[in-house]
Amino acid sequence: MSAFFAMGGYGFYVWCSYVAMAIVFALEVRSLRSRRRAVIEEARLAVPEATSDLSGKTG
Amino acid sequence: MATLNWYRYASPATFYPLAGRLIPWFAWSAAILAAVGLYVGLVVAPTDAQQGEAYRIIFIHVPTAWLSMFLYVVMACWSALAVGFNTRLSAMMAQAIAPTGALMTFVALWTGAFWGRPTWGTYWAWDARMTSELILLFLYLGVIALRNAIDDPRRADRACAVLSMVGVVNVPIIYYSVKWWNTLHQGSSISVTAAPKMAAIMLTGMLIMSFAAWFYSIAVVLVRVRTIMIDRERGAAWVVALDEVRAA
Repeated sequence: MSAFFAMGGYGFYVWCSYVAMAIVFALEVRSLRSRRRAVIEEARLAVPEATSDLSGKTG
Repeated sequence: MATLNWYRYASPATFYPLAGRLIPWFAWSAAILAAVGLYVGLVVAPTDAQQGEAYRIIFIHVPTAWLSMFLYVVMACWSALAVGFNTRLSAMMAQAIAPTGALMTFVALWTGAFWGRPTWGTYWAWDARMTSELILLFLYLGVIALRNAIDDPRRADRACAVLSMVGVVNVPIIYYSVKWWNTLHQGSSISVTAAPKMAAIMLTGMLIMSFAAWFYSIAVVLVRVRTIMIDRERGAAWVVALDEVRAA
């Protein structure tokens, strides 16, 4: 197992790459999740009457 | 009448539920492919004769580098549609792609640096491919910053579309940089016209990781475009009628 993590002496470079990638994509997913929640919350607070003319618009 | 269906899905109100149904499929495909790809890349694939274990970085470097370029082209295509047909969905798709494209570019540059250090002896060089890839990152960041700088979303759509389309000229420069200039970065290991210059198992691992990156990008972009739709059309009847918005 420790041989696997050592990566033949290149462990630092290999794991800095893989861990950085994992962190980047995990943060992207997490920020998307909280952004979606925030946007839904704002939509709930929006007044439907004021902008209902958008409803018929397509394309 | 079949052509009308395309116009139907060009409306956020109809695209939103369609995207919602597609997201789990792409997300799960990405997760399974990534698990298989990582296993092949880190465990099954043999040690490279010249680069030792350091070469295993290419299993994430090459897919993210490909995606960084593909996503830019896709973003530019949606931008062209947005300008040509003035469709809201196209502009929203372009907007949704930019952050994921920027992250793919960042990961490609980062992993490239950590591969370059043990292999070439340097984290960074102002070589043609690395420099043009860095410019790609700045283009993505420029598109995102430009949108944030313009308050009116429709004006921001047009401005970002123009910048995206102008910037697409950089993609063939990245792609052909290793042919046009004699640089530090080596030529491609995989070509559509010649046999690959790598072992079959390594190629398999890289292709699996590439599909994982593709499906991940599609899933994430669809989630983001749905968020953008709710944000930009809040108050519209179709948004108000959504289950997730109605549930208190």
